[in-house]
Amino acid sequence: MLLGRTANGLYWMSRYIERAENMARLVDAGLRMALTRTQNASEEWNSVLLSAGSDYTFSQKYQDYTVANVSDFLLRDTANPSSTMSSIETARNNARMVRTALTRETWESINEAWMSLKRMLARPIDERDLPTVLDAIKRETALIRGSFYGTMLRNEIFDFSQLGTYVERADNTARILDVKYYVLLPSISWVGSTLDNYQWESILRSVSAHRSYRWVYDADYKPTNIADYLILNVRMPRSLTFCYRFLGEHLKFLADDYGERHACHATAEKIQAMLKKGSIKDIFDHGLHEFLAEFIGDNTRLGDEIAQDYRFY
Amino acid sequence: MVFRGSTRLAAFDEMLPEVSGLRRPYQAYDRWLKEQDPARLTQKMQDAERVFRKTGITFAVYGEQEASERLIPFDIVPRIISGQEWRRLTQGIEQRVQALNAFLDDIYHRQEILRAGRVPRELVAKNDAFLPEMIGVRPPAGVYTHIIGVDIVRISENEFYVLEDNARTPSGVSYMLENRETMMQLFPELFQQIKVRPVENYPQLLRQSLAAVRPQSAKGTPTIAVLTPGSYNSAYFEHAFLADQMGVQLVEGQDLRVVDGHVTMRTTEGYKQIDVLYRRVDDAFLDPLTFRPDSALGVPGIMDVYRAGNITIANAPGTGIADDKAIYSYMPEIVEFYTGRKAILGNIPTWRCSEPDSLKYVLEHISELVIKEVHGSGGYGMLVGPAATKKECQDFAKKLQAKPGNYIAQPTLALSTCPILTEKGLSPRHVDLRPYVLVSDRIQIVPGGLTRVALKEGSLVVNSSQGGGTKDTWVLDD
Repeated sequence: MLLGRTANGLYWMSRYIERAENMARLVDAGLRMALTRTQNASEEWNSVLLSAGSDYTFSQKYQDYTVANVSDFLLRDTANPSSTMSSIETARNNARMVRTALTRETWESINEAWMSLKRMLARPIDERDLPTVLDAIKRETALIRGSFYGTMLRNEIFDFSQLGTYVERADNTARILDVKYYVLLPSISWVGSTLDNYQWESILRSVSAHRSYRWVYDADYKPTNIADYLILNVRMPRSLTFCYRFLGEHLKFLADDYGERHACHATAEKIQAMLKKGSIKDIFDHGLHEFLAEFIGDNTRLGDEIAQDYRFY
Repeated sequence: MVFRGSTRLAAFDEMLPEVSGLRRPYQAYDRWLKEQDPARLTQKMQDAERVFRKTGITFAVYGEQEASERLIPFDIVPRIISGQEWRRLTQGIEQRVQALNAFLDDIYHRQEILRAGRVPRELVAKNDAFLPEMIGVRPPAGVYTHIIGVDIVRISENEFYVLEDNARTPSGVSYMLENRETMMQLFPELFQQIKVRPVENYPQLLRQSLAAVRPQSAKGTPTIAVLTPGSYNSAYFEHAFLADQMGVQLVEGQDLRVVDGHVTMRTTEGYKQIDVLYRRVDDAFLDPLTFRPDSALGVPGIMDVYRAGNITIANAPGTGIADDKAIYSYMPEIVEFYTGRKAILGNIPTWRCSEPDSLKYVLEHISELVIKEVHGSGGYGMLVGPAATKKECQDFAKKLQAKPGNYIAQPTLALSTCPILTEKGLSPRHVDLRPYVLVSDRIQIVPGGLTRVALKEGSLVVNSSQGGGTKDTWVLDD
């Protein structure tokens, strides 16, 4: 038994930790493109902002899609509620609220991440330091994850936190794919094009999968394989299927613990079944964009149902 | 604590008094200290700060945006009390706490002390801290104030005085526990050499104590919860810490609702009954239906549940009447009235400005006295005569004459000092002591407490909101 408010705090704490890291990952992929492409990189930065869901708020504030502007906006701007700094701050406020539910190690790692990032992101980032800053963000969130997995009891507290992590992660991966879905479509892409190679690598890089992809598939990037990897692969930790495997598992633990199933269980199972029986060919036939848009909607609904079923409010 | 500004008074030093040399309780510590490398001690001081910052032991200071989370400075030299001194203190505290509870029961029932004329009736009747809603209500197990922090100052080898009784929601106990924890981390060898009585079982004692005063309607193991105003409250760290250590839920008003005559909390499995609520929310915010209607921190209807005997609220609503500064000056009479004996622990002599003779004296001696607002707390809204300018004294005298009933006055006392570690070595600073008392079917006092220390040389202000720090407090097992 857990306070509804505590479950809510755990869920959002994890979502925001995940988001803080995803922002760094997106900027990392964008930076890579900007460095390796000779052409103007503003299009790439625009898709980074689209993936982050921040394109509109960005355009309210800036004219130019430059490394400095985008990284400032996505990493350190506290007026942007999804920036790494805002996310880590929100995560920490939630952690502070639920701190009796966390091990000392977990709380300290979150508190320390907040302290060190606050210091690091206090001033505008010098472009030369950007890779160091991105590494530091990923390292801080990795430390949080490490102490969380290493010390937390596998109970409902763990379950609610994990639900937050995987709902956020599934949303993030789906958005990254959706923003770039057209470069993966067979009709537009043509094999061997250097341009598309960059685009594909960028997709993989934004989910830290550019290396592991080669362990699973041929060394060559193929659009269907990339989509397959990010949507259907059971072992790729940021794929939609992987996220739903764990969402299903943690929801089942909760149902077993409490002896009660809710609407969210049915929704999660429906999505899981859809991912299980789908092949990448079916998905492309159905329309990749349509598939992703539907998934993002379902995933959001699952989040809302979890909140309602477990009395977050 | 109470005094603002600095004064240069000859004070009794608890480690090294000028007259008699190193005091006994400090002998073993002093031996150890002399063997230490000063550089190592400086390093330890920094370690301590890092430990506190990392674990998030901070407090919020109202009105400071940027520094909204600050550390209370911690000094690594312990304040040491001998077993014998402690025994004497505890006798005095027990007697006082008994009297406080008896006084509350009396005030909300027969009011015998008022009938006997020992405490003026209007002092109670016109007091904001007196809750008419509590008249005739008898809390479960008959306990009103379950958790008390008694602020004690020392003037000399044998003179201890009570400065204030905190009978509402005394804070700071988490610092007592974390200070000890930090000291044991920094200097494990010290605790092997010197036998210090443990304080770390406080949360367990608190839990047992709260369970013992559960309402009669509670069946089986009672469900206990800590009620906090929320994570933006200055003492939130402590609320979370205590809930955690006791293994109970930390709830906010928004989590609670009255269902079928019981207070319940909203959980992931529906609404669950609470039997004992350790509330860290002020009376006025407890129940918007009974007290402040704009309060979102409390629980609508909780007072009805309370009156029906279906929940224990610790401390009980209305206990503030017992630690009110106007009542304080009557504590010697109160202790004698209910225990039949003279108070073991005395009060600081106090002039009640509501009395014409006292007012006259206070106005004549304003530059020698400390004058406090009756309802103020935390060292705000007061005058320290010896540290004030002539103009400040004159201005204050006007306020005093306008509303004499609002003020009491006390002599400026030379609080005892205890050394702190500075860059130049040991240096004496003024201290006070807040031991924590738990009341259920018995009275328990954890051997130790919170020692607050005025870090500025010569300063008598130990409040954390005004530059005070803390020390670990040792009661020797001798």
